[in-house]
Amino acid sequence: MGADDRASFREGLRLGVPFGVASFLLSMSFGVVARETGFSVLAAVAMSVLVFAGSAQFAAVAVLAAGGGAGAAVAAGTLMNSRFLPMGIALAPSLPGRAWWRGLQGLAVVDSSWALAARGDGTFDRWRLFGTTAPQLVAWYLGTVVGAFGGELIGDLDRFGLDAVYPAFFLAVLLPELRDRDRRGVAVVGGLLALALVPVAPPGVPVLAAGLAALWGLRRREAP
Amino acid sequence: MSTVWATILGLTLATAAVKAVVPVLLGGRDLPERFTGVIALMAPALLTALVVTSVLADGDRWHAGADTVGVAAAGVVAWRGASVVTTLAVAVVVTALLRLAGLP
Repeated sequence: MGADDRASFREGLRLGVPFGVASFLLSMSFGVVARETGFSVLAAVAMSVLVFAGSAQFAAVAVLAAGGGAGAAVAAGTLMNSRFLPMGIALAPSLPGRAWWRGLQGLAVVDSSWALAARGDGTFDRWRLFGTTAPQLVAWYLGTVVGAFGGELIGDLDRFGLDAVYPAFFLAVLLPELRDRDRRGVAVVGGLLALALVPVAPPGVPVLAAGLAALWGLRRREAP
Repeated sequence: MSTVWATILGLTLATAAVKAVVPVLLGGRDLPERFTGVIALMAPALLTALVVTSVLADGDRWHAGADTVGVAAAGVVAWRGASVVTTLAVAVVVTALLRLAGLP
């Protein structure tokens, strides 16, 4: 790890702190919901530590709460996670090392760190990615512990408007991209496609389909 | 094994597999330039999809509420050059105030 890497990592840590705050509150509400669904404190915390993928955890627990089995819960969570496939396609060339080591580095991806580590030219700053993920990892664990133990005291977190944090962040990262005409086109196509799939596809699939819609640009560029 | 623990174990393995599989298969080599151009296009497509499915949908139906307005307000200040922290603060405050006023 050179001086540049250390600087990137520190920059990532700094950028990750506000998302750590949001992660803490989100995982607190996960802890509450998991307990209400019949998870023990240990099971709720274990799920956050082992899985560490917010939307997938919420999706799986929602299936169990509705009376579904483990297979259906894992499938729902995995569909929610499927966006990490196109994100992985984008990130993979920026991860060095042997195959197992690249895979391990890939585990560090969360939405916000992926977005913040993108340099905009198709390459990624991996140390900035690790730095941005770190505070969110710690906060995700701590929030789940607090939520799992203190559920009844906390109640409904939506009234604080915290569900607006993540979409507002993604919008803030997206807006500068829209000044470019090609990217604006793909954004519109991806957004409309995702929205059109919402009523008909399982949760998670609309975002995956939008990511793969970018491949449509590959065909367009192939044309002379 | 209980349903809860089977879910935790299954989702742990599936999540790790989904995050790791592409870097394992694709990483460590230079891709054609045409391909990196497409990668740069994936970010706006994925980000737009994350935004619209968060603020214009609830589960499997279209839905607009306080968060829709809050995030739209945040988008306006971000477009005008506000920092990320200011943008997030606008989103949270507007959403919370509208919920206080009775919007869902």
